[in-house]
Amino acid sequence: MKTWLTSTALALTLAFPVMAEELDPNAKPGGAIVITYKDDVATLDPAIGYDWQNWSMIKSLFDGLMDYAPGTTELRPGLAESYEMSADGLSYTFKLRAGVKFHNGREMTADDVKYSLDRVTDPATQSPGAGFFASIAGYDEAASGAAKGLAGVTVVDPLTVKIDLKRPDATFLHVMALNFSAVVPKEVVEEFGADFGKHPVGTGSFKLADWTIGQSLTFEKNADNWRPGVPYLDKITFEIGQEPVVALLRLQNGEVDVPGDGIPPAKFQEVMADAEQAARVVEGGQLHTGYITMNVNTAPFDKAEVRRAVNMALNKDRIVQMINNRAVPASQPLPPSMPGYTADYAGYAFDVEAAKKLMADAGYADGVTTELFVMNTDPNPRIAQAIQQDLDAIGIKAEIKSLAQANVIEAGGNGSAPMIWSGGMAWIADFPDPSNFYGPILGCGGAGEGGWNWSKYCNADLDTLATAADSMAKPEEAEARLKAWSDVYMKVMEDAPWAPVFNEQRFTMKSPRMGGDDKLYVDPVSIPVNYDYVYVTD
Amino acid sequence: MAAYLLRRLVQSALILLGITIITFGLLYVLPADPVRQIAGRSATPEVVENIRRQLGLDQPVWVQYWTYLSGLLQGDMGRSYLQKTDVATLIAARLPATLLLMVGAITCELIFGLTLGVIAALKRGRPIDTGLMVGSFVAVSAPQFVVALLLLYVFAVKLGWFPIGGYGTFAHLVLPSVTLGIMGAGWYSRMMRSSMLDVLRADYIRTARAKGLGRLRVILRHAMPNAILPIVAMIGMDIGIFMGGVVVVESVFGWPGIGQLAWQAIQRVDIPIIMGVTLVSAIAIVLGNLLADLIAPMIDPRIKLR
Repeated sequence: MKTWLTSTALALTLAFPVMAEELDPNAKPGGAIVITYKDDVATLDPAIGYDWQNWSMIKSLFDGLMDYAPGTTELRPGLAESYEMSADGLSYTFKLRAGVKFHNGREMTADDVKYSLDRVTDPATQSPGAGFFASIAGYDEAASGAAKGLAGVTVVDPLTVKIDLKRPDATFLHVMALNFSAVVPKEVVEEFGADFGKHPVGTGSFKLADWTIGQSLTFEKNADNWRPGVPYLDKITFEIGQEPVVALLRLQNGEVDVPGDGIPPAKFQEVMADAEQAARVVEGGQLHTGYITMNVNTAPFDKAEVRRAVNMALNKDRIVQMINNRAVPASQPLPPSMPGYTADYAGYAFDVEAAKKLMADAGYADGVTTELFVMNTDPNPRIAQAIQQDLDAIGIKAEIKSLAQANVIEAGGNGSAPMIWSGGMAWIADFPDPSNFYGPILGCGGAGEGGWNWSKYCNADLDTLATAADSMAKPEEAEARLKAWSDVYMKVMEDAPWAPVFNEQRFTMKSPRMGGDDKLYVDPVSIPVNYDYVYVTD
Repeated sequence: MAAYLLRRLVQSALILLGITIITFGLLYVLPADPVRQIAGRSATPEVVENIRRQLGLDQPVWVQYWTYLSGLLQGDMGRSYLQKTDVATLIAARLPATLLLMVGAITCELIFGLTLGVIAALKRGRPIDTGLMVGSFVAVSAPQFVVALLLLYVFAVKLGWFPIGGYGTFAHLVLPSVTLGIMGAGWYSRMMRSSMLDVLRADYIRTARAKGLGRLRVILRHAMPNAILPIVAMIGMDIGIFMGGVVVVESVFGWPGIGQLAWQAIQRVDIPIIMGVTLVSAIAIVLGNLLADLIAPMIDPRIKLR
């Protein structure tokens, strides 16, 4: 305790006022909207939900200690009123907001925070996000089942919780803003057990009013919300099982306000050609990169020359045109809107002659055959064909293996796929931090059997650099940390286990009655729409 | 009759057992790992292994099958890997929608198929006959996905007669039923036509006419009940054919049935749901065939069940 006191004495205190200034003066409270999705909502349990459609639903039902300013990647406290980091970066103390109530009326306390973090790391919960908490002291014991609960999370008093880390972790506050960290009430979780995901109770702006399985979910405004003034909407109805094409027809017919799965690729040009409809399409960047992985353990991609040659052979502009310019060509693993992106790096230039020369240097002057795995939904097979043609020009004959998503993921994980086009499974960041593009997809941790690092690239030096970068948790080290991450990705590009192809843009369409800042419809965190801050104008 | 029924029920149970073995085996050899789907992209190897252990997927396949089967015999269809909800609950929530859709489709098949088949038979060789038979050929061959979108576009979007997908009222039921039933209607109109032609040539029809009975009465009372017989046997098999079709039709129309559930479960390798839906469909098909066999003697006393 003594060391804690001395370290907090040096600590910087960050307190934020309740953000009244962010309320939109034009917003009119009230009204109801309809959102559609194709796939079922599997669960609304924040420890488990990890799908496109439930991600921002969970964000609206629950809160974590940390949060993001709407429409941005800017961290701010959520259920925490303020937090302190110790000087050594090994301990965080969160002061909770007083009087925050769960949807069942009970007040939220520090015990709930501890319970929620213990629960998400408990192996019985089967949380896909458990690994995010690995830097918390006692994680290994809790995750292996040797200990019950995280030793590093302690309740200081009903409104104070302290979290000790094994090592400084610059991403820790982002992790505290993930859905997986959301605070849940123990008594409700215990009442429903595994069915908590169908009976979610949180502290968020909306509460679940009705769930007709396979058909619809209805969210109602939480009138007792701790954020003053939000949400604006009284009710959101999510209609499930709607094909994107049908959802678009219904939007055009005035029955739907936002088609949650976006504009179907086949209809994109038609929509954009109509000025009235195009005006209601919001475009935004997203933290996404589409890439080709090359298995560094399999010939011919065990030779770096061949991997670089592939990078040079790709006519990325043409591929981007093929998908109606819904993306921008990518030069590196990180997308341009991600901190740590290396703006002055142009990437491998499109140069067929130089690529052929590299192929000859690697001993493949006469060409080579390989396989390109791809997910079988439009537009991915078409993109794969374009890649196939580009590769053909430098003597790589790639046979396209177009399979269901689960089969491509399996082939990638077990290392049997020499090349994979990532479309449909590509990386979208969990949180806006450069580290999120490394560990599972480029680091040694993901390179094992079944891991998501499909190129099986494992560079121990880079892993060391990455860990060092993430240990720079102090605010004054932020610049240096981003530089360190930039260096990591530049080294990755030199070894070229990937050929980055493009960064997809997001296009969200909305009905004429929808109001609120455009950035809420392409929110980088509350994907696809930030339900708490949008409103209707009629 | 009772002995026949008992024997058929025992056979049915064996068929269902066989289906669980085959489906379970196929899902096991599938080159896709359900644990990967649950764990997601960010999971560490430890998290993946933990989930595998929790679900018992680290056990040998026969142990997994035995666990599943013993649960099933106690009425437990297991929990969905991804939704964590009881499979029985998920199926029960969606089964009524699928059954309703099937009833709608069978009604549509019979109304269109029988009427058009009889008309074609009566107008044999005339342009209307040729037209109907070409039409039935198109109906049999048209891909359901295309038919669904076409009907949706014309009757819901352009004409506004029906809602654009969804579930709840009679109006919602019409387009999905027509889509699902149109293929069967095509078949039935052809079968009804040839069956009707056979019957119309029979002596007793000539006798009935010679007695002075009216043409309409002869067709409705004497010809149709006999011509319809081969079609009743077909309806039992329809259920099996529908099971394939509901996947497409339910997806396009946003119809909350088990076809949609199955389709999503297959994509994410959610084995308990796939097993559950397969089993429920198999039961429906087995029962459908049994029912058709039981009804046959009621329509045609010459048929005896043995």
